[in-house]
Amino acid sequence: MGDYTAETINDFIHGRFPDATFTDDDDIFSLGFINSLFAMELVMYIEQKFSVTIPNDELKFDNFRTVNCMAELVHRQALPAVGQ
Amino acid sequence: MTASTPPRTLDQVRDRASARRFVRDHIAATADEYDRLGRVPEPLLDAIGAAGLWAPFLPADVGGGGVSYTALGAIHEEIGRGCSSVRSLLTVHTMVAFAVDRWGTQDQRRRWLPSLASGRVPASLCVSEPEVGSDATRMTTSARRVGGGWVVNGTKTWITGGRRAGLFLVFARNGPAVTAFLVPRETPGVEITPIDDMLGTRASMLATVTLRDVPLAADALLGPESFAAGMVLTGTLDLGRFSVAAGSVGITQACLDACAGYTSQRRIRDVPLRELQLIRAKITDMVTDVTAARLLYERAGRLKDAGDAQTIMATWIAKYFASTAAARHASAAVQIHGANGASARHPVARYFRDAKVMEIIEGSSEIQQITIADAAYQKAMP
Repeated sequence: MGDYTAETINDFIHGRFPDATFTDDDDIFSLGFINSLFAMELVMYIEQKFSVTIPNDELKFDNFRTVNCMAELVHRQALPAVGQ
Repeated sequence: MTASTPPRTLDQVRDRASARRFVRDHIAATADEYDRLGRVPEPLLDAIGAAGLWAPFLPADVGGGGVSYTALGAIHEEIGRGCSSVRSLLTVHTMVAFAVDRWGTQDQRRRWLPSLASGRVPASLCVSEPEVGSDATRMTTSARRVGGGWVVNGTKTWITGGRRAGLFLVFARNGPAVTAFLVPRETPGVEITPIDDMLGTRASMLATVTLRDVPLAADALLGPESFAAGMVLTGTLDLGRFSVAAGSVGITQACLDACAGYTSQRRIRDVPLRELQLIRAKITDMVTDVTAARLLYERAGRLKDAGDAQTIMATWIAKYFASTAAARHASAAVQIHGANGASARHPVARYFRDAKVMEIIEGSSEIQQITIADAAYQKAMP
């Protein structure tokens, strides 16, 4: 699941920025093309694609720094809460 | 509006036909009067609340109607067809209600959403400043942490509905981020100065909102901080843009309606104007553009309903097309009406002034051109 999630997110970013070169562990913010418009699109895409809702306290820089960070965020949100 | 007209229920207004009836019964006959007075009368605002039109997209558990964004667009088109000032008040209220619903904590949602759904607390959005319009990154209103809360300082202007709003969604610089705060009107340090005599949407009760050492509790912060804070502004403006797109379609439809009626009555050399080819060309362009613009905002609405990220760009495109079309056709409508169109006797003069404003608010046409072209180049680069 991890590979598929990362691959899907990677494809989405490359679909918007075909010229961008980055790996799943690269800091995408350092590439200079992330703005608030794309951040909104990215969050909406992740929520729709993986049927998750990202709470405010997870909307932080470190969770979106790399494709793998985003994939891990998706996995956390998809997990059922302990004790429920 | 007549005293004998009973308030409509949400079920009655949740579709286009019902919204159209509401406009016919409550707005159409008196919209020019609001324009001259520079304000929308309170009984009409109450009727909007009774009809459940302030924020019908909110979920039922907070008093909303749970209507789709596509339906919301149709409602705002119909309201915009009657009066852009009223639609503007709905737009800013919609934006704030959306932001609280989308990014609010449970406490914030519980505190504000029922009042926003009913319209008991009217809301306004505070983004623009005297020296900052399109470039929000240059915003100077500041929020600094003091103790466990915040203190906000700055001046916001061109605030639609600011004269009567009970709740302001204020965007302020918090370090490098632009962060959102919920500021009740009665908070110490909030000062409201009405703005009169605007070119268009003259009844939308604009104000300048000055914030002087406004103390806010920690729970006034809406949404995330840091990098994602900008999402609140982006997402909120996106819905505003959608509403303006729909309202612009309403203006063009109103121009078409007015011109079809006028050119059927008015004669030149014993021939109705409608028989002239040059008039027919203008009418044809209105029909074509209003149809295309409607399809564009409906597409954006369907993408919103699906939670699809493509709605952001679809909304930019819809707003750009619909607002520029409205300005073009409102100008044509005045031209068709001749001197009558330049007078207060026909509403096309109001449509003309209101349409110009649509090209400026929620992202000017030039900003939209930059954004849409940027996206095209991103996709087209070899």
